Amino acid sequence: MQLTGAEIVIKCLQEEKVEYVFGYPGGSVLYIYDELFKQDKFKHVLVRHEQAAVHAADAYSRSSNKIGVCMVTSGPGVTNAVTGIATAHMDSVPLVIISGQVPTAYIGQDAFQECDTVGITRPCVKHNFLIKDVRDLALTFKKAFYIAKTGRPGPVLIDIPKDITNQKCEFQYPKSITMRSYNPVVKGHSGQIKKAVQMLLEAKRPMIYAGGGVVLSDAAEKLIKLSRKLGYPVTNTLMGLGGYPATDKQSLGMLGMHGTYEANMAMQNCDVLIAVGARFDDRVIGNPEHFAEVPRKIIHIDIDPSSISKRVRVDVPIVGNLPDVLDELQKHLDASGGLPDAKALAAWWKQIDEWRTKKSLKYKQGKEIIMPQYVVEKLYEVTGGDAFVTSDVGQHQMWAAQYYKFDKPRRWINSGGLGTMGVGLPYAMGVRFANPKATVACVTGEASIQMNIQELSTAKQFRLPIKIINLNNRYLGMVRQWQQMFHGNRYAESYVDALPDFVKLAESYGHVGMKIERPADVEPALREAFTKHKNDLVFMDFLTDQTANVYPMVAAGKGLSEMILAEEL
Amino acid sequence: MRHIISILIENEAGALSRVSGLFSARAFNIESLTVAPTEDASLSRMTIVSTGSDDVIEQITKQLNKLIDVVKVVDLSEAAHIERELMLIKVRAAGKDRDEMKRIADIFRGRIIDVTDSTYVIELTGNGSKLDAFLDAIDRSLILETVRTGVSGIGRGDRILKV
Repeated sequence: MQLTGAEIVIKCLQEEKVEYVFGYPGGSVLYIYDELFKQDKFKHVLVRHEQAAVHAADAYSRSSNKIGVCMVTSGPGVTNAVTGIATAHMDSVPLVIISGQVPTAYIGQDAFQECDTVGITRPCVKHNFLIKDVRDLALTFKKAFYIAKTGRPGPVLIDIPKDITNQKCEFQYPKSITMRSYNPVVKGHSGQIKKAVQMLLEAKRPMIYAGGGVVLSDAAEKLIKLSRKLGYPVTNTLMGLGGYPATDKQSLGMLGMHGTYEANMAMQNCDVLIAVGARFDDRVIGNPEHFAEVPRKIIHIDIDPSSISKRVRVDVPIVGNLPDVLDELQKHLDASGGLPDAKALAAWWKQIDEWRTKKSLKYKQGKEIIMPQYVVEKLYEVTGGDAFVTSDVGQHQMWAAQYYKFDKPRRWINSGGLGTMGVGLPYAMGVRFANPKATVACVTGEASIQMNIQELSTAKQFRLPIKIINLNNRYLGMVRQWQQMFHGNRYAESYVDALPDFVKLAESYGHVGMKIERPADVEPALREAFTKHKNDLVFMDFLTDQTANVYPMVAAGKGLSEMILAEEL
Repeated sequence: MRHIISILIENEAGALSRVSGLFSARAFNIESLTVAPTEDASLSRMTIVSTGSDDVIEQITKQLNKLIDVVKVVDLSEAAHIERELMLIKVRAAGKDRDEMKRIADIFRGRIIDVTDSTYVIELTGNGSKLDAFLDAIDRSLILETVRTGVSGIGRGDRILKV
C-alpha cells in the first residue's frame, strides 16, 4: 500500500511501540501532525518550549529504560531543542528526535525557518540523518531506534524535509537490521575477565566504583550480587546513584567533587579499583596526576572503548555490555573457588570505618533558618525513600544527591554531564509519563526553576501531580559558593533579584502553592503536600539559608583526598 | 609521533564533516586529510595524517571507530606501509632558469605537464619529505603556485584494508 511520508512516520513510531511523543508543532511538521491527529495508538504531549520536549523525553527514558521520542519543527524548533539533545548525549540517554526541515528544493536557500540541523546537532547526537528520499524513511527509523538503544546509548535525530512527508511510497517496516559499520560489542573478552577475577582476589584494599552505566544498562542487581559476594566497598558516581543501594552497609555513598570523605579517601587509597560503567570524569577523580600518585591496579568495564584509558590509564580494560560482563565475572569468580583476603579486607574496612567517623555530611539545623540539607532529609523521610527525584543544577542538586538515599536505580534523574539548569520540571513530567503512579519530586532552586517555568502549564494540562521542592536562597547558590571560596567574596551577578511570588505563580497556573519559612514547618508542609495534595502539583517554596555551602568539596584541579570539610571552616 | 590513519567510511553525504568535526571538537591535530570513493562506490577511503602521543592516537582511532558511518580504521604507521603525495607546482621558467628547472625536475622524477613561454607546471609524486626537498632545491622566488593533495597511504604486502 502506498503511504505518504507523514503516514510512514506515524507507522514507524507505532511499530516501535512508542507511547508518547513529546513535541511542539510548526510549519515543517504539519503533515506529520495531521497524521498524528488521525491516530490514537500513541499520545502527543504538547510542551511549552521545545527544550522541555527533549528533557521530558529524556527523563521518560531515564526512568523507564524505554526510548524517549520527541518532535520539533525546523529552524528555531531545532535550535531550542539543542540544549535538550546535548544534555541527553552527555549522559548517554537513548532518544529519537524527529525534526522538520524546509522542503528539499529550499535547502541552502536561507528559507524561512531553515537551519542546518544535521550540522548544528552533529556534535551532540550519537548519529543523525537527513532524509532525501521518502523510500528511505522506514529503514532510517529502524536504524535510528536501533542505534539509540544499542552499544553506548544516545540521541539520534532524523531530519525530514516537508515535501518528503507529503510524497508517497510503499511502506514496509524492516523486521531487523544489520549495519556493516555499526556492531557494538556485547560480550567481554574472557581472558581479560579471568585476569580481572585474579586481580580482584589479590586485592588488599579493593574498591568498586560504579557509574551511570550500571543504571543505564539495568545492571544494578548483578552489581549487588557481585559486591555482596566480594564484600568490597562500593561508591557511586552522581550518575550512578541508586545503582547500588545507598543504605547498604557496603555503600560509601557518592564520590567526587562533593562526595563523602570515606568514598574519596577509599578511592584515592585503594590498591585495586574496578570501574563499572563509569568514566573517570573530572568531577569524579579530581586532578588525574594527583590520583595517579597512589599506585593501584585498575579494571575498567565499559561498553564504549573510547571511555577506557581516556583520562586514566587502566590495567585490565573490558569492553562489553555490563550485565553480560558482570555475569561472566561472577561465573569465573564462583568457578575459581577463590576468596578475598579476609584479613586484609578487615583491616581495610577498619580504615574505612575510621574515615566514616568524620561524618562529612553533618550540618546544623537551628530553630530560625531552614537548612537546605534538612529539607532533603525530610523529603526522604516523608516519601519513604521511594520517590523519583529529579533535580536541576547547582547546590540543590548536590544536596539532593547527598541526602536522598537512593536504593533503586532510575529513581534519581539529573543532568550530570552537561549540567543543564532548567531540566528539573520537564524531567519530572517525563518521569510521571513513564511511571503514571509514581511519586515524583523535583528538587530545584529559584534560579533553575525559572529556566523552564512555562512547563507549569503543560503539567496542568496533563494533570501531573509533581511536587516541586524549591530551595530558595535568593542566590545562584553554587556560583555564589565558588565566588566566596575562589573569587574573594565578590558575588558577581549571582544574586537573584526580582523573584516572583512563587505561590501566586503556581496558583495562577491552577496549582497549589506553599511558602515555608521556618524549620518547624518543613515536615508538616511536606506531609500535607504528599498526602492531602497527593493529586495536585504543589509548588513548595522553601526559604533557606543564604550562606549554606555544599561540603565536602574537592576544589577544581585538586586531588580527591584534598577535600574541604565543613568543620574546617 | 606522526601517524597515518586510514579509514573506510560509508560514502554518505556529510561523512567528511563527521570526521573533521570530530577532530576539531576533541582538539586532535590534522596535518592532512584526503578522501575519495573506492572501487566500491558505497565506500570512501580517507587518509588522515595526525600527530600526537600514543594516548592521543589511541583516542583518535577509538573515537573514529565510534562514528556510526565508519566501517574500519587502521593506523598504517603501525607496520610496513607506503605513503605518497602528489604535488603540482607552477614555476617561472624563463631564460637561464628554464633548463635548470627541467634538470631538477628530472632528478626528482617530476614530469612537466604544462608549458608556456615563461612557466612550467611540474607534477611530482613521493612522500612528503621528498616534495619538501624539491621545494628546497629550487629557487623559492621562482615558485608561482603549489598545490598538494595530502598523503595517501596503503599497507605493504598482505596488509589489506577492505570490507
